[in-house]
Amino acid sequence: MSNLSAPLINLFAALLLLIAFAMLSQRRILSLINLFALQGLVLSASTAVVAYSSNQHHLYYSAALTLALKVIILPWILHRLIRKLNVKWDIEMLFNIPTTMLVGIVLVVFAFNLAAPISEMSGTITKGTLGIAMACVLLAFMMMITRSKAVPQVIGFLALENGLFFAATSATYGMPMVVELGIALDVLVGMIILGIFFFQIRETFDSLDLKHMEKLKED
Amino acid sequence: MEIFWILAIPLIGGLLLALFGYRSFAPELNAVMSFGTFVASAFLAARVITDGPITAMNEQFFVDSFNVFLVALTAFVAFTTALFSRPYMRIEEHHGRLTINLLRLYHSMYQLFTFTMLLVLLTNNLGIMWVAMEAATLTTVLLVSLYRTPASLEAAWKYFILCGVGLAQALFGTILLYFAAEKVLGAGGTALLWTHLDSVKDQLEPTVLSLAFVFLLVGYGTKVGLAPLHSWLPDAHAEGPTPVSAVLSGLLLNIALYVVVRSKVLVDGALHSHFAGDLMMGFGLLSVVMAAFFLSRQKDVKRMFAYSSIEHMGLVTFAFGMGGPVATFAGMLHMTVHSLTKSAIFYAVGHATQKSGTQVMENIRGLIKTNPTIGWGLMIGTLAILGMPPFGVFASEFLIITTAMHTYPWTTPFLLVALGVAFAAIFSRVQHMVFGETTGKRLPHPPALVPVFVHLALVLLLGLYIPPYLANWYRQAAALIG
Repeated sequence: MSNLSAPLINLFAALLLLIAFAMLSQRRILSLINLFALQGLVLSASTAVVAYSSNQHHLYYSAALTLALKVIILPWILHRLIRKLNVKWDIEMLFNIPTTMLVGIVLVVFAFNLAAPISEMSGTITKGTLGIAMACVLLAFMMMITRSKAVPQVIGFLALENGLFFAATSATYGMPMVVELGIALDVLVGMIILGIFFFQIRETFDSLDLKHMEKLKED
Repeated sequence: MEIFWILAIPLIGGLLLALFGYRSFAPELNAVMSFGTFVASAFLAARVITDGPITAMNEQFFVDSFNVFLVALTAFVAFTTALFSRPYMRIEEHHGRLTINLLRLYHSMYQLFTFTMLLVLLTNNLGIMWVAMEAATLTTVLLVSLYRTPASLEAAWKYFILCGVGLAQALFGTILLYFAAEKVLGAGGTALLWTHLDSVKDQLEPTVLSLAFVFLLVGYGTKVGLAPLHSWLPDAHAEGPTPVSAVLSGLLLNIALYVVVRSKVLVDGALHSHFAGDLMMGFGLLSVVMAAFFLSRQKDVKRMFAYSSIEHMGLVTFAFGMGGPVATFAGMLHMTVHSLTKSAIFYAVGHATQKSGTQVMENIRGLIKTNPTIGWGLMIGTLAILGMPPFGVFASEFLIITTAMHTYPWTTPFLLVALGVAFAAIFSRVQHMVFGETTGKRLPHPPALVPVFVHLALVLLLGLYIPPYLANWYRQAAALIG
């Protein structure tokens, strides 16, 4: 198994990158949420494999936490939200998809270059995947920039957190448990606050389109 | 033990006010809770003065002369702001801008916000520091959007997204720091404890640490409001309730900068170069200059003073970036006096906008005629923040600029021009608001102006005479930071 785990982790990492690209190009909001849940699932599975192969027991807890939070609770909240807000529209992009994809590829190359000197120093079996983790972070960042609606921006934010979590697992076998719990709590509370926020925005602007929210500018 | 109370009182306060925040005594309860926190922090400060640095709870908490002065300052300003918010929020309710339920949310979040800030200061764990910082963002998002107006929702959304992304980068920086630390200290909980990191800082991998610092500076720098990452700050200050603007400007910015300085100590130890300092100086100088030139274009009074906060935080970042005993001393002094003066100004501005019914400066006139205390409070506060002697801001700015002349002479023209432009922009506006024909109406509740003059008196005192124990405190902290 141990000689299998390294390719397995690399496979999961590749899947994560693929999902990140899929999210970047996804136009439908429901599929976007499902992709986010899938990303959480892959993340949780890869964390479990890392835990098994490195004998780091606390990583099993992180894997379970990821599964509960990012595969079940957050997608459930998001699904409920869009049902209640009745938003099923296609997502408008600020740039067209091919351009976004090309910029995404450039970001991946950049991420690998940035991560190379750090991966060299890492002693973990997952060191090769640090570049992918950084690429996921940058792609999620890009997704936040290119979307003009509130819900996809938040999913981008959550995907960003997924990328950071993957970076922590691949570079250092995860942060200390107490910190991970704190981060998970912040993400959950943040999501709930955003949920309340969506209703306020919709009530005030009659839409979740952020184009209405460009009044505060320096003139 | 004091640490426990400092954290427990606001946390309990937050829960109590969530339950009873709709009662008429909620503003008083809020003030009492903040007073309790302040008393506890005064005891902690007294203990640290006599016994030196202390750690508690398996080293999870750590207090030395650097953070204890910020703890005392935070608890003090949180208390005076609670006193100010008591009549201020009653008047807002009277004007129909807030409902009982929103006031309950406000009071509860105010206490939780204090709790998160104090947790950032007291924790020894850099991971928990990040968690508490993010929690501080979450609590203030709800405070900024309290009025539920389109502009306040936009400001809160911008604040949430920009600071969220900023803090995500800070988290990556923290991960990198942990990655470097784990090699030396071994995996597990202790590798993120600041005291442990500090003791092995010269063995940490320099490349990783410099990369980590870039992420930490950009991440937490967003929260400090450093240019060009500042765009959330004027919006959040202008659209939220004034007590929230006062604590954002006076406290939260300081606390974000505190985390940057703590990281800088580690990076300096590992790199043996001025890399971290140079970066901070660059960001600081850019913020000072940029804010000064934006100041003259403002129409909204709270926005204008928000830009002034960016300017002053830039100046403090610049001072810490220069390093050395004098500049660091001046940086800490400036943090203290800026926080006291700016919150005093916001208290006065808050009542002034309530009287005039607008935040647009052109429509605020003749404050000194309708209510001399508000008018004088604003005028004296403005003179103090603009660095007029004999106020404390003058002393700290003087120290910062003279050090800059010695060590980095090329920066002084930028600093002096920026300070001059800021003076011209702010002073001319405030003069029009304070003097001239009046437009104001009477307030339904007497305003709270005691905090304004208490703060300004303290700033004046710090300009004329720094008590020896305080100077000693700053000196010890400056030696720690280097």
